[in-house]
Amino acid sequence: MLRLPAFTMERPGTYAEAATLLRAHGAARGDLTRGTPSLPVMLVAGGTDLFPNMKRRQFTPRVLISLGGVADATGIARDKSGLRIQAGTTLTTVASDAQVRERYTALAEAAVLVSTPQLRNMGTIGGNICLDTRCNWYDQSAFWRGAEGFCMKTHPEVVCRVAPSSPRCLAVASADTVPALLALGASVAIQSADGTRTVALADLHQEDGIAHTKIARDEIVVSVTLPDATGWRSTYLKQRDRGSFDFPIVGLAVAVKRDGARVTDARVALTAVASRPQLVADAAKALIGGSLDEAAIAAAADAVHKAARPMDNTSGTISQRKRTARVFAERALRALAA
Amino acid sequence: MAELSVLGKRLPKVNSWAHLTGSAKYADDLFLPRMLYGRLLRSTQAHARITKLDVSRALAHPGVVAIVTGPDMPETIGIMPSVQDETALAIDRVRYVGEPVAAIAAIDEDTAFEAMSLIDVEYDPLPPILTIEDALREDLPKIHEKSRRANIFKEVHLSFGDLDAGFASADHMRDDWFFFEGNTHAPIESHSAVASFEGDGKLTIWTCTQVPHYLHRELEKALGLPRAKIRVVATPSGGGFGGKSDPFAHEFAACLLSMRTKRPVKITLDREEVFYAHRGRHPVKMRIKTGVKQDGEITAVHFQSWLDGGAYSSYGIATTYYTGALMTVTYRIPAYKFDGVRVYTNKPPCGPKRGHGTTQPRYALECQLDKIAVDLGFDALEYRKRILQPANSRTVNELRITSMGLGQCLDELGAKTKYSERHGQLPRGKGVGIAGSAYISGAGLPIYWNEMPHSGATVKLDRGGGVTVYCGTAEIGQGSDNMLASVAAECLGVRPEDVHVVSGDTSLAPVDLGSYSSRVTFMAGNAVKDAAWKLREWLLDAASERLAIPRECLVPADRRITDLRDPEQFVTFDDAVVLAEAKHGTLSAAGSYRPPQGIGGGYKGAGVGPSPAYSFQASVAEVSVDLETGVVTVDRITTAHDCGRALSPANVEGQIEGSAYMGYGEIMGEEQVFRGGLHKKPSLLDYKIPTSLDTPELEAIIVETIDKEGPFGAKEAGEGPLNSVIPAIANAVYDAIGVRFDETPITADKVLAALGKRDNRGMPKDRIGPEGMGDGQEAANAALRRLSFTTEAREKKKANA
Repeated sequence: MLRLPAFTMERPGTYAEAATLLRAHGAARGDLTRGTPSLPVMLVAGGTDLFPNMKRRQFTPRVLISLGGVADATGIARDKSGLRIQAGTTLTTVASDAQVRERYTALAEAAVLVSTPQLRNMGTIGGNICLDTRCNWYDQSAFWRGAEGFCMKTHPEVVCRVAPSSPRCLAVASADTVPALLALGASVAIQSADGTRTVALADLHQEDGIAHTKIARDEIVVSVTLPDATGWRSTYLKQRDRGSFDFPIVGLAVAVKRDGARVTDARVALTAVASRPQLVADAAKALIGGSLDEAAIAAAADAVHKAARPMDNTSGTISQRKRTARVFAERALRALAA
Repeated sequence: MAELSVLGKRLPKVNSWAHLTGSAKYADDLFLPRMLYGRLLRSTQAHARITKLDVSRALAHPGVVAIVTGPDMPETIGIMPSVQDETALAIDRVRYVGEPVAAIAAIDEDTAFEAMSLIDVEYDPLPPILTIEDALREDLPKIHEKSRRANIFKEVHLSFGDLDAGFASADHMRDDWFFFEGNTHAPIESHSAVASFEGDGKLTIWTCTQVPHYLHRELEKALGLPRAKIRVVATPSGGGFGGKSDPFAHEFAACLLSMRTKRPVKITLDREEVFYAHRGRHPVKMRIKTGVKQDGEITAVHFQSWLDGGAYSSYGIATTYYTGALMTVTYRIPAYKFDGVRVYTNKPPCGPKRGHGTTQPRYALECQLDKIAVDLGFDALEYRKRILQPANSRTVNELRITSMGLGQCLDELGAKTKYSERHGQLPRGKGVGIAGSAYISGAGLPIYWNEMPHSGATVKLDRGGGVTVYCGTAEIGQGSDNMLASVAAECLGVRPEDVHVVSGDTSLAPVDLGSYSSRVTFMAGNAVKDAAWKLREWLLDAASERLAIPRECLVPADRRITDLRDPEQFVTFDDAVVLAEAKHGTLSAAGSYRPPQGIGGGYKGAGVGPSPAYSFQASVAEVSVDLETGVVTVDRITTAHDCGRALSPANVEGQIEGSAYMGYGEIMGEEQVFRGGLHKKPSLLDYKIPTSLDTPELEAIIVETIDKEGPFGAKEAGEGPLNSVIPAIANAVYDAIGVRFDETPITADKVLAALGKRDNRGMPKDRIGPEGMGDGQEAANAALRRLSFTTEAREKKKANA
């Protein structure tokens, strides 16, 4: 079978130690580099995405810093501002947590749809937020990519295979939990040797298949916080080829806050149809102030359809995925209206 | 014959314990002292001349022990001796991405992996031929110089009966085109082999092969080592489905590397390499022209097939003939013409996958029959029953039909699924479809011409009452060891779990040709019955003498030989063995089976198609179509299968359900497809074999016709039940949304296109499928243009940088 490249493993006991080790092994302060296969150091939590990628030589870090031994890296706790989920909490735990299921339904629904039960037992919420973008020209073995001549995501001197004239990498955001978290208004705590900062999740990702997050190489996602969900209802719908294993080819989360019949706030988030997971502001606008009737749903679905810009680099086709985004918006909103 | 005591009973499978407890030793579980690890360097080019192959840097790498390349094994090899066009490793030329070029043996896997990048190989690219249409063009380079015209590997033209008169007398004609996409076996166990060349000059290879005997022959040829010095052992299999029935590069390479290093060598393919080893389902373009009378009676069929064979022949001759040969065995066809063409393309070689060559044309024929039923206003189930080929008959292409239970299958299916009541009556988006099919119980002729048995078995009794069966069959999970034990137990009056089975070993067991073409139950079953029956006679004689009871009154069962009239009168099996051994000496008997002569025609090309018996089956599929997203869900598949007699009913049901699962995967998503010569999805994440969550409810109905030549009446069950599933699903989708899927797979995108919902300008269509020969060409050329465009863009970018 495919073999891992050689690397050494560090097992810090705290995030602070991990942050120090990142710097010590060559992660420069504020460095936003992504995509090159020879990053000196990387973090590993569940490893469900990183290790296959390393076997395919998409990454060949000399050092891995495991977050598996970090104290207090797991757990879900309610505080006055809402719900805080430690980054090392497994997707299985997130999906089965009673508070998440009841109050942050979209997140529970998204978490339980990630890959397979075995991978959810290992994979973490923090890892899912940081998930590498995917592309069927990129998620291939070193042999395959070598036969093709590689692509710009690992080899800056080469073109994008999806659209050779594209100035940027078109790899696709593929994390299921991120649109759910976006719809739920999540923020993320990020720690480095310089301290901790909190960022709205909506500001964390960007439309670039290579530099897809603004998390620097010396930073660690330590927790994600969801605001109070009183009055909110949410849901997540995922399109994929099979009932297990597969990454989304469309992922749509909707959260709606209502006062009686009137929608007082709404968020619609979309993934797997661009390089970044996105909040569709026009869809929310179409819903807020109305009563979640068919006209509002249609307007929101139109906005989602417009925002979905898939490329031909995942399973399924462009038109199918674009259409499914619209249908999912309708279905999700109808389900919440019911 | 008295009632059977073992066969037909629901007994545990004798060889399941090792698999259930995880103690089964697959080839990759074998570790021998001083063993080296091998790896194959594979071509990065779809079509190229090798201009340089220098292994010196890799050989100097610490830990690398030996490297072999193509010229080390110059003999051509291949499963069919008449058309061998491969070498164990590529020589001078590569013909697909992934073709093995060199093999490294090193002290561990990591070293072998690292050393691969130190082999200096340079290619001079040639234009790749990637489609059937391009392969038929005369102006493109030849993949094999031997091709006389374009890149055609084999052309077949056969005609039976008066085709013109048949068409002239028809009241209604249909002329339909179909395309069946290629797909692969995707066994969960990847191919693996361990070879060990010993100081005595003998070589043993443990490998997960379906054809130890044929591999034995090819190893002799490629290695130049007499077969007497080679032992092939087929290891427990984690799935074959036809994908392990060719001799493979890693097997030859492991052997030669072991001979060079005098150390054991293991080569296990990774998942991506399994996609390149392939030998799977051919993509086939098809045209069927059929004439029928007003009452539906078929007057003539003209069938044409174009097979995309990939880079080498594999079983290609048989595959080509099989696309045409079995079209005639299910329904009466008085006049039949078949034209088949298999071409070479620069893709991994296609070969046999479950249903070998018959799956694609069966899909086309059964979809077309569904259309004819609609045209003429018939119920599709009743219509099929009216036109059945009768039992004990000859088809127009001279195939001998013995038992034939398709009518019973259709009856049982109709009763179970209420097909006729529900078809056409379900709400839009819901559908039910039906199809029939057939398959061979082994091929009438072996792969190399000879007059010897197709299967041999010896049975040995020891004086402690032990029974051992020796037979060269390859147990690939289909249950052949259980079958051998059960048939021997039935003959001798013991229990299956009392029988030791020695199989898949060319040194220990007589030849069986292998686990392909659904031949093992029929042929090895008859061979072991032949052997065990001889011993049974001796045991009955001994018991008769001891009890002073006429032997006609004695019956062996449950480890006793008992007087039928008085159960108190018996001799135990162990005692009978002692008595018989005292009389006859060591108790061992050999048996064999060779199919009867005269079961096919005498014309050129008549060798493929004849079988001592055919299985028949029919399926009903029930589907739901999401009219908004285009997603098709198959809710249930029910298959009724005529297996002659179910020797092990649970095992037969397992084969029927496994076939339904596999057929479902083939039509709903699996595709072995390429982009500019590169496999598009060589991983189990991207190649969509269904998960347990996707699998429909599966139901199996066993139909028994007690074939007069099958062992205790048995016929095959391993392959045929796949064939009817695929067209049944296509026909169900038509019932659900009124769209004909004349090509596979049925994807959400195609459904949306047919529903006119793919884009804003979309117009509904009533059919998705090819219009004729030319229409695939444009896409292929576009892919090539795109490939050169990307290359140019890259060069330009480099120049600017």
